[in-house]
Amino acid sequence: MSEDGAQRSNGAAAGRFEAVIGLEIHVQLATATKMFCGCPLSFGDPPNTHTCAVCLGLPGSLPVANARAVHFGLMIGLALGSELAPRSLFHRKNYFYPDLPKGYQISQYSEPLCSGGELGGVRIHRVHLEEDAAKLIHVGASGRIHGSEQSLVDFNRGGTPLAEIVTEPDIRSAEQAGEWLKLLRSTLRALGVSDVNMEQGSLRADANISVRPAGSSELGVKTELKNMNSFRFIERGIRAELARQEEIVSAGGRVELQTLHFDPDSGSITSLRSKEEAHDYRYFPDPDLVPVAIGAEMIEAARAAMAELPAARAERLQAEVGLSTETARALSFRGELGDFFERALAAAAACSTEAQPQALANWLTVELVPRLDDIEDPADSRVTPEALASLVALVSAKQVSVGVGRQVLERLVADGGDPGAIVASEGLTAISDEGELARIVAEAVAANEDAAERVRAGNAKAIGPIVGHVMRETKGRADGAEVSRLIHAQLGA
Amino acid sequence: MSGDLLELTASQAAAEIAAGGVSARELFEFYRERAGADRDAGEQGLGCFTWVAEDAPEPPAGTPLGGVPLAVKDLFCTEDVPSQSGSRILEGYLPPYTATVVARLQEAGTSLLAKTNQDEFAMGSSTENSAFGPTLNPWDRTRVPGGSSGGSAAAVAAGLAPWALGTDTGGSIRQPAALCGIVGLKPTYGTVSRYGMIAFASSLDQAGPMTRDVADAALLLSHMVARDPCDATSLQAPSKLELPSAERLDGVTLGVPGELTGEGIEAGVLDTFNAALRRAEELGASVREVHLPNAPHALSAYYVLAPAEASSNLARYDGVRYGLRAGGAEDLIDMYTRTRHDGFGAEVKRRIMLGTYALSSGYYDAYYGHAQRVRTKIAEDFAGAFEEVDLIATPTAPSVAFGLGEKTGDPLAMYLSDYCTVPMSLAGIPAISIPCGLSGGLPVGLQLAGPAFSESRLLDAAHALERALAFDGAPARV
Repeated sequence: MSEDGAQRSNGAAAGRFEAVIGLEIHVQLATATKMFCGCPLSFGDPPNTHTCAVCLGLPGSLPVANARAVHFGLMIGLALGSELAPRSLFHRKNYFYPDLPKGYQISQYSEPLCSGGELGGVRIHRVHLEEDAAKLIHVGASGRIHGSEQSLVDFNRGGTPLAEIVTEPDIRSAEQAGEWLKLLRSTLRALGVSDVNMEQGSLRADANISVRPAGSSELGVKTELKNMNSFRFIERGIRAELARQEEIVSAGGRVELQTLHFDPDSGSITSLRSKEEAHDYRYFPDPDLVPVAIGAEMIEAARAAMAELPAARAERLQAEVGLSTETARALSFRGELGDFFERALAAAAACSTEAQPQALANWLTVELVPRLDDIEDPADSRVTPEALASLVALVSAKQVSVGVGRQVLERLVADGGDPGAIVASEGLTAISDEGELARIVAEAVAANEDAAERVRAGNAKAIGPIVGHVMRETKGRADGAEVSRLIHAQLGA
Repeated sequence: MSGDLLELTASQAAAEIAAGGVSARELFEFYRERAGADRDAGEQGLGCFTWVAEDAPEPPAGTPLGGVPLAVKDLFCTEDVPSQSGSRILEGYLPPYTATVVARLQEAGTSLLAKTNQDEFAMGSSTENSAFGPTLNPWDRTRVPGGSSGGSAAAVAAGLAPWALGTDTGGSIRQPAALCGIVGLKPTYGTVSRYGMIAFASSLDQAGPMTRDVADAALLLSHMVARDPCDATSLQAPSKLELPSAERLDGVTLGVPGELTGEGIEAGVLDTFNAALRRAEELGASVREVHLPNAPHALSAYYVLAPAEASSNLARYDGVRYGLRAGGAEDLIDMYTRTRHDGFGAEVKRRIMLGTYALSSGYYDAYYGHAQRVRTKIAEDFAGAFEEVDLIATPTAPSVAFGLGEKTGDPLAMYLSDYCTVPMSLAGIPAISIPCGLSGGLPVGLQLAGPAFSESRLLDAAHALERALAFDGAPARV
């Protein structure tokens, strides 16, 4: 026992550690106006064109809470299965920074709008509302406040409503963190409460990361990793930080409680501040605001405004449409795929020969999506849901072979168009005349005597060269299964 | 004619303008000259003003107040007019907007005459904490006018403005009104918008009228109260404010709390106060003792809560966007430090430190949390007392006007000036101070307080008492 323990403390190899990750996600809410004033939300407009006395923190100005933001916050809470507070209170979080014009951020502290909940196997700690900071632009080589020649403040973003969603430390890998965030994003998108665009900053994630010996239930010292503004960076950043911590612990060191900055260009992690520099935020209830009483009618209004959520959609696609569990999830957790699928399914219902839902889903996820490269939403490609539906209908009805189907899909991705028209104009219709196909098979058997002999001797795999010959002759228009059946029939094997 | 104009109260002046007896322009010019003379006199003047209008504005026609000029405490934001809250850190600051209550009064027909001096960020009881020099008491220029609305109080008492706006956080309207022999009213918290008032302590700050008599206070207040969608803490009063007309106090029970009329109150003040109570009884009131057992703790709770809020409210003065920015800084933190070091006066720094400490992690519950519980107890004390009596009467301030510099070295002695006014502020209830006589040739104030939204009743009682007391404020006019 003691030897084993000694070995561990001398340096456990990677893989002996378990990652413990919790996420803090800031979501900009897609309200018309800011959290505490009447300025419109904006992105990319000229600096300081959407400001007023309130969001500039001018002397004498006072905040008034945006009811729509509270409504959106309640929708998020309902979607995550959170407990909704009967009364919600805004606190002041006091600290000095040039992007914070009042010297405090109005946030929620002891009485958040939503507590608890769960999404995709990860427990939710809380969801609260707050206001976004302004945007600092650092002029100079570093691009950060240290070493910059000049720092400018753009208050357009200042005061934008944010929902901060905090998870419990239930995530165990960088990949899981990325996947879970995608699920959260599609959930928020389905709710319609945010643009959830990481590049534009309407979805931002920080990760609290620690490692512990596999099998341990204690929590290690955590670090907070900031500035991961894409899904790729989140996974890379968490991986890099896990590696850093594992190296420290393996060498017998201790991880220091600190806030870290991930630089996606260099992949490096640098310290922003350590525990010694930690702020005392001096939270206290904001005396300029009154507590928000969350009435039953507000909760009802939030419930009524909710569209179908990804988890519910997956269940429906499985139970009512008959998709496999895996396919139903793939389509639901990426809402844009689900939307494309359901439009294609509706179009297929209008076709004379219906495409099977599972086949349609497979053609979408296995054939179309990998051919789209950087296009994330198939609706942005040249392939329409109607075109995919009619293509799958042609294949299902064996009017074209699977191989021709793939050829046609390549054409659709490149140029768009109607599959039926492409098939007709290119003469790609499957050979349905059994006599003609039987003649081509006979030729192929004759041309591949060695293979034919081995098939006759019981080696089924030897059929390959004969099938290949038929496909070359027919330019792929023959149905593979039918060809195989004819070869076996002719060879009596 | 000038002498006659000075005799008019603001209500009378409004009536004269409406009747065509005097023009709004003539009245404005009369007061503009008087206020301008005080400003131009520098240290030889009373030091009431931080800004005086250059030109008479176009007289507003068809408005209820017809163009009667109004002096406004410095801390109200007035568009393109310096609004500095008595602080170096906001020296020359020109707001891009006007405070709701000032805008309402302008719509009702008042014309902005001047901005008045005050203690820096309304922190003080003598107007000696202004970055722009002290204001003197027109009854005795060696004495303070009280504070923090000392400029407004002295200006009205001296006849340099027909009426004025003040703000009250722990007594900043009532105490200077008492020390200058005028009427000052702090309304129920929430009935007057705070939007555009440069904040000291948000849960306590409230604007109110400072006037020559009770009728003027009622008239000005009637144009101030309204629910403001820009102030989340503002309320719609349940009933409309009635202008006062009572001449008797029959059926009115006045409660006198032993806790606020005993130790610490100057003998001359107490005698004058008691004489006023006897006049009240002659008018038909019954006077009895009530208890506010937690009132003696009010000052302690106030000096936790108000600085706590102030420490946060004043964080925005960081030199980044407006106001003073100290030069020569090496980095961001250095710029913050130098700016706030140079920009804030000693009392403001003291309260920021007190408040920062009270909110610190580990101390929050012992200080802020505890003070909030005391505040609740005090409100309950008043609620209990108002089940027995209609109104509560106390001296407004423990002493008459004290000498300049007398208490500047002893903050605790200065804080005691608000001993009788802070409990009402913590409870959020309305209270009015009216002059009730002289002690040693200096005015003494009587404070009447009532339940939330009882302003009409309060003004009626003050009106009846004012008539019976017949206080003469003329000796203070310059």
